Amino acid sequence: MPDPAIRAAGLTRHFGDVIAVEGVDLEIPHGQIYGFLGPNGSGKTTIIRMLCGLLTPTAGEVSVLGLDIPAQAETLRRQIGYMTQKFSLYDDLTVMENLQFLGRIQGLDGSARRKRIGELLERYNLVPMRERLAGAMSGGQRQRLALAAATLHEPTLLFLDEPTSAVDPENRRDFWEKLFDLSDAGTTILVSTHYMDEAERCHQLAILETGHLRKQGSPETLMQELDQRVVEVSGDNLRRVKERALQLPRVQSAAQLGLDLRVLLRPGSENPVDYLQQHLAQDDLAFNLARPSLEDVFVASTDTRVDR
Amino acid sequence: MSALQRIGAITGKELKQLSRDRLTFGMVIMIPLLQLLLFGYAINTVVRHVPIAVVDLSGSAAARAITEQVRVTQVVDIVASFDTPAEAEAAIVAGEIRAALVLPKNLTQRAVEGDVLGQWLVDGSDTMVGSAILALRTMPLHLEAGAPSGAYRPGDPSFEVALFFNPERRSEVNVVPGLTAIILTMTMILFTAIALVRERERGNLELLITTPVRSLELMVGKLVPYVFVGLVQITIVLGLGRTVFQIPFNGDMGSLAVITLAFIGASLSLGLLISTFAKTQMQAMQMTVFILMPSILLSGFMFPFEAMPKAAQYIAEILPATHFIRLIRGVFLRGADVSQLVPDTVWLLVFTVIMLAISTRRFRKSLD
Ligand SMILES: Nc1ncnc2c1ncn2[C@@H]1O[C@H](COP(=O)(O)OP(=O)(O)O)[C@@H](O)[C@H]1O
Ligand SMILES: [Mg+2]
Repeated sequence: MPDPAIRAAGLTRHFGDVIAVEGVDLEIPHGQIYGFLGPNGSGKTTIIRMLCGLLTPTAGEVSVLGLDIPAQAETLRRQIGYMTQKFSLYDDLTVMENLQFLGRIQGLDGSARRKRIGELLERYNLVPMRERLAGAMSGGQRQRLALAAATLHEPTLLFLDEPTSAVDPENRRDFWEKLFDLSDAGTTILVSTHYMDEAERCHQLAILETGHLRKQGSPETLMQELDQRVVEVSGDNLRRVKERALQLPRVQSAAQLGLDLRVLLRPGSENPVDYLQQHLAQDDLAFNLARPSLEDVFVASTDTRVDR
Repeated sequence: MSALQRIGAITGKELKQLSRDRLTFGMVIMIPLLQLLLFGYAINTVVRHVPIAVVDLSGSAAARAITEQVRVTQVVDIVASFDTPAEAEAAIVAGEIRAALVLPKNLTQRAVEGDVLGQWLVDGSDTMVGSAILALRTMPLHLEAGAPSGAYRPGDPSFEVALFFNPERRSEVNVVPGLTAIILTMTMILFTAIALVRERERGNLELLITTPVRSLELMVGKLVPYVFVGLVQITIVLGLGRTVFQIPFNGDMGSLAVITLAFIGASLSLGLLISTFAKTQMQAMQMTVFILMPSILLSGFMFPFEAMPKAAQYIAEILPATHFIRLIRGVFLRGADVSQLVPDTVWLLVFTVIMLAISTRRFRKSLD
């Protein structure tokens, strides 16, 4: 299909004086796992809600699966699944009751519903918990239930808003396996996160900050095309070194990572290693040019602006 | 077809949640019991066995008849009789009796001429007694205690005998059917208002409105369980009213069911409307009280409708409780026939439809 799954132009949402989202352009192709990476308050949830037709944009145009949103939101609802940031199933219903309820709401009838729920319980390891109240489950179990509920009606487009925020690392890895399964089966997935390792797994990524889209592209491209240089500094007294480095005009940021200090130099910095060696002259320090990580990309693209 | 399935899904879910919510479930049962106890029993005990004296100046057969009529109401116990009003007054001041019934010399003549028959001297310092007799709607009060003797002016306030011939004027007979209106107003509005606001507060609504369920389906699905709740409550109140308070039931069950359902519908849809305004459960409760207060005060439950100022009457006409109180007293006590009930019933049904329409319109499937 030549048409993208989601297209947004100049997407903007204000809440009174608060600018939650400002002038965001998006083009998300079918079949991808597309990530929104941004800190809290960067507008991820607000954008997702506008794409689902739950919030009316202050300005801008949205088309999802070829439908004009929010005008045709009601038609869209049959084709999308939405896993909210906050657990939104019923705490006082069991796993089975929650799924039964949503199955009926989604219009699945008797036998089809039972079959589909059986499949999902298997796939998301919920069989032993079928009679457990949702409110009495762990973060990981709830998350699997929420994903099962969001995919009950086999939507072609799935919105996942910070699905792993209440989940331990091992469960996060399992969860992403499930997402790749869904993606392989042809589902387009839009997922928001503030974890770098998760963002790195996405096919495409949008980096958001205070409602603005800062960068867009595949993680590899974003890392390769970073204009900033990254230098790893190792040695003693890195805290002092960091403070001195931050005084230098060409240094954009410096952060300690394990035993190293990771220094980001502004775009156009020639010979970054020489520059640092010269200005931080100290015998016991070692300087190495490093391959940019996604975190470097994130820091570089969100720290440079001073507008807003 | 799928619309019915969705409504059924919501109703089923709501019933399950209700059955697991001990607090709400307890309220369904306890609110009617408590109210019945408060309004029914409190008034019931106060109205009965007030110690009084009789001052019979006529010594006539009519006087003995009237005295007997007063006695059989059981509102008062005749504990003494005096020869002069002054003695009775002294007994009131001494606290031996709460009130005295003075029957004048020319009692028989007054009865023939249709004049007022006698006078009550009432211990006004005890508002309970005052309201007990007021609740009987039998006589104007004459404040006596604390005032020097001589404040008593014969022929001033007087007492209308006719009312004593109607033992059904016991106040709980009026109170208990009216009480159903108050209890249903309170619980029906509150439960529905909270049911939707709670989904919003807990975040369930964000998921629900991304599904194909329509606003009207959601509204109706949420209302249905509370229709049953309302029927349970009215059964409790009227059942106890019949057995404990011996309220006569002169109407037929069919009419009672129709008017009750119409009123439950009106209250539930009003609750829905509140839920589209309230942001939190607390706000929903406050708005419910805002409806409940005039429903108690203006609906005719507390004060006779006709005695209220015109402005209050107009406000009262908007409230579903006013219409229901008229209806249920009609059905329950007077055995009113269908034609008398039509205007108020239709009014309730129209109210329900309008409220439902406004709520559905206001409840947009969005988070804006
Ligand atoms: N309903 C709302 N009313 C007012 N402000 C809001 C509302 N929703 C979001 N915001 C504001 O919009 C900004 C973006 O929020 P959000 O989209 O939730 O960010 P994220 O999901 O990335 O954490 C924040 O500053 C937040 O306070
Ligand atoms: Mg968010």
